[in-house]
Amino acid sequence: METVHLAGFLDFKSIYDFFDGFLPEGLDWLAFALAGGSLAFLVINTVVMATALNTWFERRAIGRFQARLGPNRWGPFGLLQPIADILKLITKEDIIPEDADRPVFTVAPIVLLVPVLLVVAVVPFGEDSFLGRLNVGLLFIVGVTSLGAIAIFMGGWASRNKYAMLGAMRGVAMLVSYEVPMALAMTGVVLVSGSLALFDIVQAQNVPFLLVQPLGFLVFLAAASAEMSRTPFDQIEAESELGSGYHTEYSSIKFAIFQLAEFMAPVVTAIIVTTLFLSGTRGFSPVPGQFWFVGKVVAVVFLMLWFRATWPRLRVDQIMGFAWKGLFALAILNLFLVAVEVQWLQDSDGDLSTDAMWLMAGINWAVTVVSVVVLANVLGQRRIQRREPVPSPLANMDAEAD
Amino acid sequence: MPIKTEPVTINLGPQHPSTHGVFRMRVTFDGEVVIDVEPVVGYLHRGTEKLAESRSYVQIVTLTDRLDYVASMSNNLAYVRAVEKLAGIEVPERAMYLRVISAELQRIASHLVATGFLLNDLGALATPLMYCFRERERILDLFEMLCGARITVSYMRPGGLLQDAPEEFWPALDAVLDDLPGYIDDLEGLITGNEIVLARTRNVGLLSAEQAIDASVSGPILRASSVLWDLRKADPYEVYDRLDFNVPIGATGDVFDRYLVRIQETRESVEIVKQCVKDIPDGPIKADLPFILRAPVGDAYSAIEAPKGELGFYLVSDGGISPYRCKIRAPSFINLSALRDMVVGGKMADLVVTLGSLDIVLGEVDR
Amino acid sequence: MYGTGLIKGLAVTMKNMVLPGRFFTHHQYPNRKIGLLGLAKASGTNVISYVIRQPAMAAKALVGMAEVEDRFPQHPRFRGEEFAWYEERCTGCASCAKYCPLGIIRIVTHPSGQDTLEGDKYSIDVFDIDIGRCMFCGLCVEACPYDAIHMGSGFEQGTYRRSELVLDVDKLRKAPKRPSTWFRPQIEARHYRPQDGEQATWREVARHEKPAVEQQEKRWAKR
Repeated sequence: METVHLAGFLDFKSIYDFFDGFLPEGLDWLAFALAGGSLAFLVINTVVMATALNTWFERRAIGRFQARLGPNRWGPFGLLQPIADILKLITKEDIIPEDADRPVFTVAPIVLLVPVLLVVAVVPFGEDSFLGRLNVGLLFIVGVTSLGAIAIFMGGWASRNKYAMLGAMRGVAMLVSYEVPMALAMTGVVLVSGSLALFDIVQAQNVPFLLVQPLGFLVFLAAASAEMSRTPFDQIEAESELGSGYHTEYSSIKFAIFQLAEFMAPVVTAIIVTTLFLSGTRGFSPVPGQFWFVGKVVAVVFLMLWFRATWPRLRVDQIMGFAWKGLFALAILNLFLVAVEVQWLQDSDGDLSTDAMWLMAGINWAVTVVSVVVLANVLGQRRIQRREPVPSPLANMDAEAD
Repeated sequence: MPIKTEPVTINLGPQHPSTHGVFRMRVTFDGEVVIDVEPVVGYLHRGTEKLAESRSYVQIVTLTDRLDYVASMSNNLAYVRAVEKLAGIEVPERAMYLRVISAELQRIASHLVATGFLLNDLGALATPLMYCFRERERILDLFEMLCGARITVSYMRPGGLLQDAPEEFWPALDAVLDDLPGYIDDLEGLITGNEIVLARTRNVGLLSAEQAIDASVSGPILRASSVLWDLRKADPYEVYDRLDFNVPIGATGDVFDRYLVRIQETRESVEIVKQCVKDIPDGPIKADLPFILRAPVGDAYSAIEAPKGELGFYLVSDGGISPYRCKIRAPSFINLSALRDMVVGGKMADLVVTLGSLDIVLGEVDR
Repeated sequence: MYGTGLIKGLAVTMKNMVLPGRFFTHHQYPNRKIGLLGLAKASGTNVISYVIRQPAMAAKALVGMAEVEDRFPQHPRFRGEEFAWYEERCTGCASCAKYCPLGIIRIVTHPSGQDTLEGDKYSIDVFDIDIGRCMFCGLCVEACPYDAIHMGSGFEQGTYRRSELVLDVDKLRKAPKRPSTWFRPQIEARHYRPQDGEQATWREVARHEKPAVEQQEKRWAKR
């Protein structure tokens, strides 16, 4: 399936050449800065607009799940609602607690936002990503997204608030423990595609990895949901619990940036999931590949939204148990299985044919179902079977009066 | 080397999204484990019992609406039964049937509220809550047909009801009764088999039968602790002795059992209302009483099975137009005394869930 | 079990999102957003002819900006905020004021010399109902022996000052009289619907006709 791609004029090299064309010699650094600046401006604006659209989509979709409409007053179909939200947040009073650590307090939202934005730089959207091909794209993503944990800790610590600190520490513990299964699931992808570069991963997906490694997909989706603190793992920002989380003391623009990062994370996670598991920009022509990409991203965002609208949240110790006992075991199993299969099925120059991938898909689906059943059993399924109620002998209105 | 830790006392203040009203708890934690919980009530105290001493018997009906404001028909019923017992008033048959219909519809509405808010406390982002409230809206529309108001109904009077149901009430009631079991099935499909709900509510907030009886707990909480006790069958009032229904009980007394008992009671209530609609006779809707009632000297206690438990009114009369003393046995207040047994030893997140399963309404707790 | 409970939950939420007829308690007040199909159906034509006849409105509907007024479905027995007080029927007996549990009705009268055969109908000087403290229980309506006061059927009485919430006798005289049929079986028997907008006159809300002077003399004067 040959995919058509729209004109790829938006990569760094071509913009640099454009600026270099009309600037005098010796000002290479200026062309570099202008190219970088304009590309960053374009990309950041696009991602932020996508996030705003995500907030609109989330509120409308969750509203419809809950048998009501979402916001539909401002603008056509309520599309100007995110702008109303931003205006409201900006016009609030910016409060910094007196004891707070001012530099850390101010920088924490930015530290949360920047890694999320950086991921977009290496994703192949079209022929190649904006910055060209990065050989270690996946490693870059893993490294950069880990910075989010630092931001949460900075936010909680700088607030000098007991409960914010508690919430932040719990959040960091959760984030750190879920990075392990996430990385292991990604390693399974790397094994099958044979390269860390995201473009090669997309090219290797003649069969989408969703079908080839369903266990990896499930583990990655669960781990990524926890990384973003989305339901069912959003204990750290549960407003019905005690500590309101790391962003208790934040208001106005800093809080707006926290919310921006929080709503940007699903979009970016969906982009990563699409690239790794859903074969990225590949699709059926004549529809251009970019449209397939956007469609898949919307589908993954909708899937995470569906989970958020339906399920309650897990308790903190259950979240940690799920990470270390459930997901870690499944991720190791997935890695082992994929490694064995790749070793067995790869041909002489180390590539996997499409038929081999379909065979892997069949085996992996069977193993997924069996392992989920076994794990649920092992993790205490039998404890939650309900036994038949027996009326207590202490007070029974049907008993004989004595 | 053991780490020295110190228990910390935190105030889960009167304004909090999860305390179901202005309810305050002072909780002592050691790490994540709850050591002690001290409820502080009184933030909604309005002096209902004292106000009742200076209002006539019919005016007190408007006061009783606002006790358990989620289930005001039941409050009305308990109070007017106490007045009827005090003054020896006979209630016509049709009024009794219609009272049972109102009370059971109110039970369904109250249990829907309890279930919805329990799941809200569990973190299900208001989706089951919206489903519960959507069904409850239909019941409240029925109440609007009966008496013009949805929540503070003031529908019952000593001697019967205020007004007969209009003609459009009966087909609307049939429509609601036909749809309701399907919606409860929907709700159960969303909640009962859900592994996350099971993991959060199984073996959480356990209350053994002995502890429940010692604390005078009543209602779905008592029945979830596997004590088969329901005032509608143990001490039948109105027309409950002619009706055929089951009383569900739970196996262990944890949060999940309470939720399940409430859902099953909702289904039973639908059956009860269907039987009443079939059997209701024609006739007067109110006994012929003077406009301002004077009760003879004496006292009377009358209790009903309200959705929250045993709601009782103890009226003492000195022969005048208002009672000398009106004492309200509020089930939520007494159920709250079992909170400490349920949460000590558990975790912090379980505290909120257990409080949600107790289904307290502060109007009743504080009166 | 084993994750199927979770998937069943997902199916329930999707069913509630997708199936029509699940939004039955949803109202947008006071204006409802309406789409092109709804507009066409409301005007009784099909979509094409509606687009031809009113292209501007159709364009607005396609973008989701078209609104239409929405009224809550309300039962005639609804106990609303606006009281319907008929001065022609009121005798100033103040039973309503005596029976109000909150004591928010204030009545000051003087004898008027009319209907002395029945004991004089007082002229009303002051008749204040403080709906800022009223709980709309309707006990005043229950107490009135002459069916002079009825519950209203509106709920839009918001004002900017608490003092404006006191309905004095002028406001009560001038207010549109759309009595609720709560505890007024005679109005209900005429199938009167207050929310349709028609006002009810003081004769239409009567329980019975005023007896003739001969009958009154027989009953009251010659005892």
